[in-house]
Amino acid sequence: MTSLPTHTEKRLGLAIDLDTCVGCQACVTACKGWNDQGYGAPLSDQDPYGAAPSGAFLNRVHSYEITAADQSAAVIVNFPRSCLHCEDAPCVPVCPTGASYKRVEDGIVLVNEDSCIGCGLCAWACPYGAREMDADMGVMKKCTLCVDRIYNDHLPEEDRVPACVRTCPTGARHFGDFADPESTVSKLSAARGGYDLMPDLGTRPTNKYLPPRRKDAPDLSAPLAPLLDIQATGFAGWLDKVLGKI
Amino acid sequence: MHPAPSVIIFTVFSGMGFGLLAFLGVGLPATSGWAAFFLWGLGYGLAVGGLLASTFHLGNPQRFLRAFTQWRSSWLSREAIASVGCLLALAPVALSDWLQLGWPRGLGLIGAALAVLTIFCTSMIYAQLKTIPRWNHWTTPALFMLFAGAGGAILAGQNGAGAVFSALLVAVLLTAFRIGDGAFAARAQTLGTATGLGIIGPVQGAVRVFEQPHTSPNYLMREMIYLVARKHVEKLRALALIGAGIGPALLLPLTPPTMMGFAVIALLHLIGAFAARWLFFAQAEHVVGLYYGQR
Repeated sequence: MTSLPTHTEKRLGLAIDLDTCVGCQACVTACKGWNDQGYGAPLSDQDPYGAAPSGAFLNRVHSYEITAADQSAAVIVNFPRSCLHCEDAPCVPVCPTGASYKRVEDGIVLVNEDSCIGCGLCAWACPYGAREMDADMGVMKKCTLCVDRIYNDHLPEEDRVPACVRTCPTGARHFGDFADPESTVSKLSAARGGYDLMPDLGTRPTNKYLPPRRKDAPDLSAPLAPLLDIQATGFAGWLDKVLGKI
Repeated sequence: MHPAPSVIIFTVFSGMGFGLLAFLGVGLPATSGWAAFFLWGLGYGLAVGGLLASTFHLGNPQRFLRAFTQWRSSWLSREAIASVGCLLALAPVALSDWLQLGWPRGLGLIGAALAVLTIFCTSMIYAQLKTIPRWNHWTTPALFMLFAGAGGAILAGQNGAGAVFSALLVAVLLTAFRIGDGAFAARAQTLGTATGLGIIGPVQGAVRVFEQPHTSPNYLMREMIYLVARKHVEKLRALALIGAGIGPALLLPLTPPTMMGFAVIALLHLIGAFAARWLFFAQAEHVVGLYYGQR
């Protein structure tokens, strides 16, 4: 049923640290790799080795530049973008077939691909571009929070996290339950001021973004000053004094 | 938004068709025999043809029956149910008109109401989307209803109603153009709010795209970002206003009730309606474009 649940027992999601993300795209590749095989229709590519390669991905990493008003150096922020598993997910109620739904037990937003007619209305309703149509299968694809990993008893325990989280070499992605105030993600978000994207659209995203920290600003007024003010001591100091008097 | 031909054809033709069916349902004009067969056939042809065209943009059209299940939350599902309900309710009325059976017309009124409901549901599919500020406004249902009213009245040979609906259409089109042009800016969503970096970033300043996440366009960019041919907006707006509204509003009171006269005005209206509907999609900007620095 495409009506949203009023309450979910858990609120599983990601805390994404924009301070540590280096934009290596490993999460993009790991996500594509895992979701190519296993849950649902494989994420297809069109013309992958040709002139205009294209394909469905569930995670994209953007790169933005912030130029400061005070003329100090610009800052580059790498920005992973995937489904935020919103509490008021606008993609769910628009679905005409009931294929799109939000799970009561953990809050994950999923697509039942056997029911999806590929009308694309859910992708129109999502402000975050989290959903992409699979061009081969004609069904909507989206982040499943690796639902086939996180509950999978056949995997070693450290692998029971989404593929993007498991692969991130800088630990910029954290997985957990935001409904539990004692979880790692809840504490991280509280400590670092985790924020929502476009909050005034009323989607109440589960995923939180941790803002980049303000970097220490170097003293640009005289960067070489310490090097110019050398006080020689010992024999070099005596020589310096003598030679100065001649 | 990408102006997909299937969706433009669907909304224009089915709107006009359900508009005509609404008029025929309430007995305007009262027809019988082969004239009735032709008019009802035209109404059904446009409505059903439009609905069939809409299935061309589906990834899995063979599962269309599932779209009748989610009427509690989805305007698309409500549209499916209302449209089929309308077509079923009006079938005995059409048969009675054609074969002069003289059956009671109660079902005609129910069918007409369902036709209006169908058009309203179609419009709400677009008007409900907060992600597309230009559509997320009362002018969207008003436009869809008036296009159906004007188009239906012209086909049904209702000069008076056609002229009134066409004149109203001009007013609402102008309003929608004016409000729509400022709709995106009015919501104040920028790359800064979409990423949060404009508010909460390490430095307060301007955010811009440094590098795109992928080298060639993806589904999102093809579907939601449409930059081609917006330069012809003014000409197309003039065509929409004159063709769909001003022309019929002026010509309908002067036209003798001949088949040829209505056919010319209907064609004029149709050209205007296509121009307006193309602009409706091509000019609509989705907030996801912000992430790509494009709209």
